[in-house]
Amino acid sequence: MIAKLFEFRLKGLVFLALVVFALPLFISNPFHYSLATQIALIAGAVVGLNLLVGFAGQISLGHAGFFGLGAYFSAIMTGHYDWSAVPALIVGAIGVGIIAWVVGRPILRLKGHYLSMATLAVGFIIAIILNNEREMTGGPDGMPVPAFDVFGWELSPFGQYSLFGLDISGDLAWYLFAGVVLLVAVWLAQNLIDSPIGRALRSVHGSEVAASVVGVNTTKYKSLVFVISAVYASVMGALYAHFQGFITPAVAGFEFSILLITMVVLGGMGSTIGVIIGAVVLELLPQVLADFQEFEMMLFGLILMLTMIFMPKGLLPTAANVLAKRRAKSAGADA
Amino acid sequence: MFSEFLQYLFTGITIGATYALIALGFTLIYNASHVINFAQGEFLMIGGMATVSLTAMGVPMLLAIVLAVALAGLMGIALQRLAIAPAKDANVVTLIIITIGASIFIRGLAQLVWGKKYHVMPNFSGDEPIAVFGAVLNSQSLWVLGVGAVLVAVLVYFFTRTMTGKAILATSMNKDAARLVGIRTQMVLMLAFMVSALLGSIAGIVVAPITFTSYDIGIILGLKGFVAAAIGGLGSGVGAVVGGLALGVVEAMAAGYLSSDYKDAVAFSMILLVLFFMPRGLFGANVVERV
Repeated sequence: MIAKLFEFRLKGLVFLALVVFALPLFISNPFHYSLATQIALIAGAVVGLNLLVGFAGQISLGHAGFFGLGAYFSAIMTGHYDWSAVPALIVGAIGVGIIAWVVGRPILRLKGHYLSMATLAVGFIIAIILNNEREMTGGPDGMPVPAFDVFGWELSPFGQYSLFGLDISGDLAWYLFAGVVLLVAVWLAQNLIDSPIGRALRSVHGSEVAASVVGVNTTKYKSLVFVISAVYASVMGALYAHFQGFITPAVAGFEFSILLITMVVLGGMGSTIGVIIGAVVLELLPQVLADFQEFEMMLFGLILMLTMIFMPKGLLPTAANVLAKRRAKSAGADA
Repeated sequence: MFSEFLQYLFTGITIGATYALIALGFTLIYNASHVINFAQGEFLMIGGMATVSLTAMGVPMLLAIVLAVALAGLMGIALQRLAIAPAKDANVVTLIIITIGASIFIRGLAQLVWGKKYHVMPNFSGDEPIAVFGAVLNSQSLWVLGVGAVLVAVLVYFFTRTMTGKAILATSMNKDAARLVGIRTQMVLMLAFMVSALLGSIAGIVVAPITFTSYDIGIILGLKGFVAAAIGGLGSGVGAVVGGLALGVVEAMAAGYLSSDYKDAVAFSMILLVLFFMPRGLFGANVVERV
């Protein structure tokens, strides 16, 4: 049983690693690298959000707020105060974790739509502050962000690097870095899910009352996973800011929050690989639909609606279900 | 000093009345189906935009309004029939995303038909403001308040005195029991979405001369309606009206006395504060979770 669990866990991660490292064989254009890097970073945040939504069954319609806080903290510390990127990222993540804990305690007592409302409000308040503190954040016009650096070594999409004797462009270097970050994010999430904490979270999802009856401290675990998912968002936000080189308050905005939760639900709540697929699909869809120009928005809404109506469990779980059914059928035919 | 306060109060009550109507729309749909309809704001947009474009084509104002409201009503029915009903087994978050998909679709459609420009609708009865104790009251504000009051009265009558209204209430209380006494609950759900759309579009039309209208005006109006409904307590009609008015007044006071940049932050802080102390809003039912 334990071996089976371990095997399954590894399978998803190995599959993801293969995709991440095989992708550069198929793309070479800087725009595609940039898109792939963006997707990997956003997918990392979505993996964190999935811990809250998919495993603990709590809703957050304001998660972009934490993503934006991480992004702006790094941007301000490295831009205005000459901090190095790594300490800025770490201090930012700790700060966001503390904020999430302070806000999360009272908010997570709420249920259902009231929880949606409260998280939405928190996200909005963060976005409004980022929009209005012009001296620090540059207001609605946004602000430039210095390149990411580790011990004086800079990682810029426009640089040239050599790795194991191979010359690689800055785009590819950033992509590989983001890919590794995503893999680490998934590995950590999978470990958390299979730990006693993960079991406690799933029990909260199943029935909060039942969980507390058998002695699970539901408040503690809900706050914990809220903090963890906020820290995920903060770290990814900081990296995203350095990668983009320029950010606006839209990274903390309501529409981005909605996009993040939609990625979780569309991909398949509770499936780490599923939500990454959700991120890929929803980031690529506008690229595909851009050809339809004025029909873009309409088609996006229509596709979103139809997918959720016909696959309410999300893309990956539905696909897995269909496959399993087909396999069962053919097995039945054999017998 | 007093005139300033009065001025903010007028502004607040006017916009608050609009929020109240949107919140009532949320309440209606929530009661009938437990869905939070994120496309609620789009009904306002459709009402305002359709009226503006029909009058521009030479249709008389009153007829344009009737047609715009009818269009929104059809849209409400379509939303329930085509998007909500087929997804009956979906969970709460999935349903929210379906309504968000619907709102993006409707917005995309509106953008296609009417473009991205802001559209101006003239005041219903002239641009002459009315002076009251040193403050000025836009004549359109009276229309918003008057129409709001009439709609609330009609709703109260509808739910307490008519068979159809009582059928909706019965369905919201217990769907299975309602079906057992012969209520066609599918019909009732459709009706709830339609009435909610009618309410929204009328609100959208009366407020359009004040706020202007454009294809994307529904997002923020819808959200404010959701905030108002949550302050009042989801599912409570009285709560929706009180929540809407309170939200409008607080927002206007914050804009006037604190900072107009932070007026929305004050509104959202208010909902957090209310929920911290009253997790089910001001008038929400105190339901015990059944296990």
